Amino acid sequence: MNYAASPVLVLRLPLWRSRLLLTLIAGGFLVLAGRAVYLQGLNNDFLQQKGESRYSRVLEISANRGRITDRHGEALAISTPVKSVWAIPEEVQYSSQQRAKLAALLEMPPQEIDKRLNESTSFAYLKRQIPPEVAERVNELRIAGLFQNREYRRYYPGGEVMAQVLGFTGANDTGQEGIELAFQATLAGKSGSRRVIKDRMGQIVEDMESIREAQNGQDLALALDAKLQNLAYSQLKLAVDSNKAKAGAIVVLDAKSGEVLALANLPTYNPNNRSRLSGAQLRNRVITDTFEPGSTLKPFTVALAIEQGKVTPQTMVATASGSLSIGKATIHDAHTFGDMTVAQVIQRSSNVGAAKIALSLPAEAMWGMFDKVGFGTAPRLGFPGEANGKLRAYKSWRPIEQATMAYGHGISVSLMQLARAYTIFARDGELMPLSLLRVDAPLTGRQVISPDTAHKLRAMLEMAVDVGGTAPKARVMGYRVAGKTGTAHKEENGGYAAHKYVSSFVGLAPVSDPRLVIAVMLDEPSAGQYYGGAVAAPVFSAVMGGALRILGVPPDAPLKPLELPPDGSEIREDV
Amino acid sequence: MARINLILLLLLTACALGLVTSQHKARKLFSELEREQERAKQLDVEWGQLQLEQSTWAMHARVEKIARERLRMSVPDARRTQVVMPAAEAKEKAEAMR
Repeated sequence: MNYAASPVLVLRLPLWRSRLLLTLIAGGFLVLAGRAVYLQGLNNDFLQQKGESRYSRVLEISANRGRITDRHGEALAISTPVKSVWAIPEEVQYSSQQRAKLAALLEMPPQEIDKRLNESTSFAYLKRQIPPEVAERVNELRIAGLFQNREYRRYYPGGEVMAQVLGFTGANDTGQEGIELAFQATLAGKSGSRRVIKDRMGQIVEDMESIREAQNGQDLALALDAKLQNLAYSQLKLAVDSNKAKAGAIVVLDAKSGEVLALANLPTYNPNNRSRLSGAQLRNRVITDTFEPGSTLKPFTVALAIEQGKVTPQTMVATASGSLSIGKATIHDAHTFGDMTVAQVIQRSSNVGAAKIALSLPAEAMWGMFDKVGFGTAPRLGFPGEANGKLRAYKSWRPIEQATMAYGHGISVSLMQLARAYTIFARDGELMPLSLLRVDAPLTGRQVISPDTAHKLRAMLEMAVDVGGTAPKARVMGYRVAGKTGTAHKEENGGYAAHKYVSSFVGLAPVSDPRLVIAVMLDEPSAGQYYGGAVAAPVFSAVMGGALRILGVPPDAPLKPLELPPDGSEIREDV
Repeated sequence: MARINLILLLLLTACALGLVTSQHKARKLFSELEREQERAKQLDVEWGQLQLEQSTWAMHARVEKIARERLRMSVPDARRTQVVMPAAEAKEKAEAMR
């Protein structure tokens, strides 16, 4: 019997049942299709995002901070990557053996690690800025809950020699002092980021987009010459030590280009290890500190008098009495030599002579001279904390003040301003703008006095360093040198301290075609001698001699040993 | 007609396979490029460190110390110095000194 034809199987079902089923299934499909359209077409952001997060990654691209080099490209500051080790204390799990190894690698006692981990539950730095090799070995310990960060650390191979010029950077590689701070915008790099596709091995297989281009910081070439810097620093250190001075500063300028070739300060510090720093070590005295310069200012008064036609170098000044009374005050000369010529006033550094010349000049003109050579205004080097110095308005000058200003009292300047002002004698009357960065095209100066006056002053300043002047110790074998000493009582509590001095010397060489201007300052020399000619001039001589030799400047004087007068026989200037 | 379709189908398959291989190659090359760039970065870091080392060794204070103490060198005295200048310049200087 045919099974299919069995009458039992012949069922008469109502047609609506199959229709209903069909409609339900079709409806179900429609809902699915609608959902698919909704998810894939209309509202796909969320899923797209989730999908991408499975394979695409945003990577940080780190940028380097620019290097600082000297004028010949020698590296003075370089950033190099280091690692910082941090932990999530809650998750840290290690055996006592691992703990001991970790402590040894990080060079800290195990108790210190425990202490740091107990400070917080979510985040703790164990040690910052460790070398990459050490970090790699820490990684090999495979301690859970321990992580590493890439950071940059700045190294200064020059160390203490140029610490105050370069300054230093903080933990995040941002400048905090000196050049590092002044040129932060140029030196700093901008880190970038990009989106990439990684495969399951973690390898980058495709670059999707660059979100932000990384920009490395620019390298900075300073005007400093590392050799001259080292010479200046070591000579200054010798002098500060042997004279038991509280502090010292020196600056070497290139008279031809206005560049700062060397700039050193004492006391100093090691920028690579900055624990226990004091303000005295950090200060760049050359630029940020001012002092009453004393006799180093006399040439400016004399230059003005010559410029105005009031005197010539041969004009006699009545200094025979050795004192000059203005109102209630009296100015004294320590030694009297009878009447002197204007040139001898500079050579022997007579206060009475300088004061008399000053009183023959209008206060306004004198102020104008000081202002034009840059006293009272910052030299605009772009260095943080440049001092303006103090130059009061001429309307408030009393005659005694005008007289004392002629020999550098009642006015304060920074060593940088003083050295810069002397460029008018080195450059035939032109005042140079200064630059801490290497300049490729020479800067142009501003004419302050006539070339003729500058030549006359140079001759007078040359007499000052000759036998019979105040600073024979400033002479350099083989070169004609010109310069002026300064010795001033220190200002203290509104008056002058009796036995505290600032000794200085500013000079230039070679006289026939000046190339360098060097200014030296020693603060409170206390080993017996305090005259600028005895304390600061020898530093000038040593640095100038070495620098001219290093720069290959041809000698302009016969090469024969200098005959120095016996110690203490040089003309003592007036303080 | 059927033959053309068959040829087109084969062509299409070949192209598709080609696309897959070239994509794979591109990714492989890219990851190689990436590795090399990483290496370049590392070399750059190493260069920085070497420069640092060089300038530390070449510190003028250190060089001077070695020259003076170990090699017993010194700056020549003026009595032992002879300056040689080009003839024209020498004449000029002589006049300037006079």
